[in-house]
Amino acid sequence: MSKIVEELRYADSHEWVRLEGDIATVGITDYAQHALGDIVYVDMPEVGDEVTAGEDFGAVESVKAASDLISPVSGEVVEVNEALEDEPGLINQDAFGAWIMKVRVADTAEIDALLDAAAYAKICEE
Amino acid sequence: MKIYDKLIFELSKPGRKGYELPKTDYAGNALKDIPSNLLRKEAPALPEVTELDVTRHYTNLSNKNFGVDTGFYPLGSCTMKYNPKINEELAAMPGFASLHPLQDEESVQGALELYYNLQQALANIAGLAEFTLNPYAGAHGELTGLMVMRQYHMARGDHKRTRVIVPNSAHGTNPASAMVSGLEVVEVKSRPNGSIDIEDLKPLLDDTIAGIMMTNPNTLGMFETEITEIAKLVHEAGGLLYYDGANLNPMLGKVRPGDMGFDIMHINLHKTFSTPHGGGGPGSGPVGVAEHLRHFLPNPRVVKDAEGRYHVTADSESLGSISTFLGNFGVMMKAYAYILSLGKENIRNVGPMATLNANYIKESLKDDYLLPIEGACKHEFVFDGLKDKSTDVTTLNVAKRLLDYGFHAPTIYFPLLFHESMMIEPTETESLETLDEFIDVMHKVAREARETPEEVKNAPLTTIVRKLDETGAAKNPILTYRAMKEACAK
Repeated sequence: MSKIVEELRYADSHEWVRLEGDIATVGITDYAQHALGDIVYVDMPEVGDEVTAGEDFGAVESVKAASDLISPVSGEVVEVNEALEDEPGLINQDAFGAWIMKVRVADTAEIDALLDAAAYAKICEE
Repeated sequence: MKIYDKLIFELSKPGRKGYELPKTDYAGNALKDIPSNLLRKEAPALPEVTELDVTRHYTNLSNKNFGVDTGFYPLGSCTMKYNPKINEELAAMPGFASLHPLQDEESVQGALELYYNLQQALANIAGLAEFTLNPYAGAHGELTGLMVMRQYHMARGDHKRTRVIVPNSAHGTNPASAMVSGLEVVEVKSRPNGSIDIEDLKPLLDDTIAGIMMTNPNTLGMFETEITEIAKLVHEAGGLLYYDGANLNPMLGKVRPGDMGFDIMHINLHKTFSTPHGGGGPGSGPVGVAEHLRHFLPNPRVVKDAEGRYHVTADSESLGSISTFLGNFGVMMKAYAYILSLGKENIRNVGPMATLNANYIKESLKDDYLLPIEGACKHEFVFDGLKDKSTDVTTLNVAKRLLDYGFHAPTIYFPLLFHESMMIEPTETESLETLDEFIDVMHKVAREARETPEEVKNAPLTTIVRKLDETGAAKNPILTYRAMKEACAK
């Protein structure tokens, strides 16, 4: 069974978000890393890039497949997790620890529209 | 099987060679005529070996190959049918094999006739007006077909149509070809059985749509029963329908893409028409079009005049040239030999036999493997891994275990609609005995997965090379002998 963290928000495309002030930290879920298998490459945005909710901001490549990363929020990228460049497998070890990007969100209300843990758990069961 | 794992570089001994040139005054003098800036500073690091070394080396390597000639190859979506030897024999005839593409038209009438006849035969099989045989492979055919689509809209002065609809279950080449041809990809959702969701399609159909790319049967091997409705909707919106011929095999001689409403299609001669592929290539991806699009096909063309003579011509409305000369002629010869040796009547049996074989395996194995979509499939079907997943044996483990039992693995982890996809396509050329052997082994592997799961997880156990580090191979590829030596030294 994949892990789901109670206090996070989720997108149905399997990204998680943690909001602190106006900074949203974004990663992919444990369910997603499990489905992808061993991750070999993470294509991340650059600091300063604008991302838009519902549009892709990068991609993850595993031995099975390559998948787009869909941004759950809109705003400016303020930091990316550089550790993933050398060790993309960190996501497999701890999907909720190995965040991918931090975004200064324009409208924090966007986060309210995302799924809570219970609703996301339901999607994973389907 | 003999264990052989040498690289030709490892056989090399300084100064060893397989030839002896006569000693003349000219030896070594040729270098004087080459400008010094074009001369390399040191000799290339080529292996120094005798002819016998080379012969043994490559013969030993060839014995390690697995192919349709050595065993069952149920690689879904690839149509690994047997390639009859008569195809090779005819393609090797010196009158054809030693032709030069710049030869005078009069001296190659036979070759042009073959091109023309094959083009006509494919048009009849597909229910379309004309084919170009010039594209070199399937994806090249897709690109050519989309270029025809664009040329058609441009010729009508309709410059708004820049988007092409592709189902989310499509083969990856579809969106890739659309991008390369300069069109924007719009995804349409598929229903749980892989067929296109018409309600999701309708709102996409506006005046910016150039067309839609589809396969039928779809990626899950299921027939799109609403194809005529889809064709009507797309045509009413001013778009064209593109048929990806990847899944043509079960339709052969039974259903024609042209009759289903498709305007453009490509055929993989190396799948449906029994020419070698998968390292044994090359491929060939003829593109066929309906009557109103024939002028847009690429140049050069082969036409037949009133006296029955053949000419290589160019059409002024054509999208231009997409290949040097007339494509992979050797492949065309093999496909033509296949069509003629089957004949009009027997070719009608290909689709039904391929369909029967696939359904036989599917029904025989669905007790042990998870079948996400019930019902009759066409030439292939998809399992979502083992039914009993309690021991964590994955599709990859099952695929590797099959190698221990002498079978090629099915296509795995495609399509992406399921997590543990295992796509099986037996083709029409396998006997009932072979299918039964495969079914027995698949049951055996499922039993092992329950009783001795570690054995399956560690598979393959009997192959020369054991389980590979796929993550390592993707992250740190070692692609040259020099890099290998450096890696070993560390």
